[in-house]
Amino acid sequence: MNTFTYRKIKNASLYVLVCLFAGLTAVPLFAILGQVLIKGWRQLIVSDFFVKSTPTTLDALIALRSGEIIPGGIANGIVGTILMVLMATFIAIPIGIFAGIYLAEYKTSKYASIIRFLTDLLQGVPSIVVGVVAFIWVVIPLKSYSALAGSAALTVMMLPLIIRSTEETMKMIPNTMKEAGLALGTSYPIVILRVMLPSAFGGIFTGVLLAVSRVIGETAPLMLTALGSTMIQWDVTRPNSAVSLLIWEFYNDPNLQSLVWSASLFLLIFVLTLNIIAKQIAKKWRIQ
Amino acid sequence: MENTIKENILTLKDVCISYTPGQNAVNMVTADIQKGLITSIMGPSGCGKSTLLRAINRMHELYPGITITGDIKLNNKDILKMNAIEVRRMAGMVFQRPNPFPTLSIYDNVIAGYTLNGIKKTKDEKDEIVENSLKNVALWDEVKDVLQKKGTFLSGGQQQRLCIARALALKPDILLMDEPTSALDPIATNRIEELLVELKKEVTIVIVTHNMSQAARISDYSMFMYLGDLIEYDTTKKMFTNPQDKRTEEYLTGKFG
Repeated sequence: MNTFTYRKIKNASLYVLVCLFAGLTAVPLFAILGQVLIKGWRQLIVSDFFVKSTPTTLDALIALRSGEIIPGGIANGIVGTILMVLMATFIAIPIGIFAGIYLAEYKTSKYASIIRFLTDLLQGVPSIVVGVVAFIWVVIPLKSYSALAGSAALTVMMLPLIIRSTEETMKMIPNTMKEAGLALGTSYPIVILRVMLPSAFGGIFTGVLLAVSRVIGETAPLMLTALGSTMIQWDVTRPNSAVSLLIWEFYNDPNLQSLVWSASLFLLIFVLTLNIIAKQIAKKWRIQ
Repeated sequence: MENTIKENILTLKDVCISYTPGQNAVNMVTADIQKGLITSIMGPSGCGKSTLLRAINRMHELYPGITITGDIKLNNKDILKMNAIEVRRMAGMVFQRPNPFPTLSIYDNVIAGYTLNGIKKTKDEKDEIVENSLKNVALWDEVKDVLQKKGTFLSGGQQQRLCIARALALKPDILLMDEPTSALDPIATNRIEELLVELKKEVTIVIVTHNMSQAARISDYSMFMYLGDLIEYDTTKKMFTNPQDKRTEEYLTGKFG
């Protein structure tokens, strides 16, 4: 075998190897999707699943005994998740965007670099720790577990993502855009709010969607703050449920275990959809 | 120039600009710029021509650590003592690369100086301003049917004319242009040059250019800067036919730059 064929073989085998490993990364995703689909789809297409609350263990047991599909659904969890994520998003958006603007506009200042570092640290804080802190700061003073406390924990988890995506997008806007605005005799705040921010809209919106999809599946902080609820609860000062919490509860109840799959399937589809939308928006609104 | 009355719109006296303390990027520049004419600033890269231009509408304030000393008077008012916003409304600016606001339509780009500054105008007044400004830059016929399309939809040369229209819409006293054709092809450049010669009836123009032949073609007066110093300032005709300083001559004949 001459050196040339040897090199060709080496080249080909390395190529096959990298392709193989690249393909391997997709395996877990499809394994999860497949498993959840197979085990969860039946429950999901029962119309009650989205409108009824969690069944009791007894109802589930009776249904299981007679070989029927478990009645009830995860409406209480969906309502809780929507309430808490919406509240968290509404609080985190203004704070996150303004903080991100600050970091982008004063990038060289000492204070900004400290804030940037702290933001990175905050992103690394384990979610259970965020939950414990929210418990001490919100649940104890309010003397009740509540959706409010849950959304406080989620807000803290969303902030670093929104701050950094705002900062990165604002930095990508060419300086000439800011200069063009100022050269028209526009004041600095107006240039930021009406020239820079609209140009950065795509990136910021993508960041918000990714932050939402990041916290929508959070469970640990909600155990300590929202606690859970077996019925639909619109009062934000009362304990509430969430889809992720329900998955945990179903897992712990032998009679409800089959619901784990359908609730997971719902959450998974939701998060995947958000991610796909975020990608599309990022593509459509990218900075020219 | 056979101008009857010479009226100075902009006077520079001992202007020094430095990015780092003790090192002047522009050094003791003194010059009077006449109303209704095109004055070009030429010189090799790094000679301070853009730096000088950007001092006139106080663009340097965006970046920390830049100091300006001396007097810059626009319409006899000391711009260094005025509110920067006021200065920038008197002195419009066109940049090297066309920079229309990407989120705004062509129409909204032209009127942006009013909407961003909260100056209320009726629909008819706005229409008139947009039409006049776009006619001024010979863009009206090309875009009148697509006014609601995004400004970035236009070609590079059209975008640059849109940016000139945007600056003109506010009726500035002076238009500062920082190498406005350096990112454009020769045909688009030619159109902008023709346009500038037309425009000087309405507005005084100071243009920084890398391109000597451009300065020769369109400007009435020319400045030659080198290493931060203003070497020579005279009518363009005189400078190109009979430069007084050896360095100007060497630059114009292509010995350096």
